[in-house]
Amino acid sequence: MASTYKIIDKAILSSSQASIEFTGLGSYSTTYTDLLLMISLRSDNGNYFDNLKITFNSNTTGYKYIAVGGNGSAAGSDVFTSDPADKIIGIINGDTATSNSFASGSIYIPNFSSSNYKSLSIETVNETNASSAYMRIASNMWSNTAAITSVKLQPYSGSNFLTGSSAYLYGIKNS
Amino acid sequence: MPNKLTKLVINCETKEQIEVELTDEEIAQLEADRAKAEVDKAAKEAEDAAKAEAKAELLAKLGITAEEAALLLA
Repeated sequence: MASTYKIIDKAILSSSQASIEFTGLGSYSTTYTDLLLMISLRSDNGNYFDNLKITFNSNTTGYKYIAVGGNGSAAGSDVFTSDPADKIIGIINGDTATSNSFASGSIYIPNFSSSNYKSLSIETVNETNASSAYMRIASNMWSNTAAITSVKLQPYSGSNFLTGSSAYLYGIKNS
Repeated sequence: MPNKLTKLVINCETKEQIEVELTDEEIAQLEADRAKAEVDKAAKEAEDAAKAEAKAELLAKLGITAEEAALLLA
């Protein structure tokens, strides 16, 4: 792995948690230019999938979203151009997905400390042994000029991420 | 929600990880979000059903099948 790509911290759930929040990112603003989250998540939503929400700096406004995806038989798209867009960024497993399976995904956040609006690219896939499972590629914009100092992940319909879910946060520098 | 919900907070500066009970405000927000999710889901299902119905009506009006319509648009 490139020396410019290093793990900052990780969350591996040993019990259910309503959210996973990485804080203290301001101290990395001069070390790294970009952030990358690698996720493996499952929520307690009573369906085989759930949506994933993200919140920066505990700020609940300014999020926009566009995505394309499919479920194995049909393609689809979602666009939320008006705030608050529910802070949705991707798809994860719900509690009726195949036992012990978790959704996979990555969330790339370039220039997390810049004074420009923050753009994100997200890939997430729902894992279940069935004829239908969702995958989604999304582009997000957080229309805020503040440096990102915290990132919170949260299930949209479920109350908790389930035990075994994980999120790894990497810092990436451009030189 | 019978059990008190917690969140995992990872302080990347100190490397401390703590479980924090959600505040009443956070729980209220969570419940509001879940309620909205249900409303959104119902609205999306209604929208999809209306689109399917409109499509079926149009195909019937044209006297062609969905496969024939797809061929026309290919």
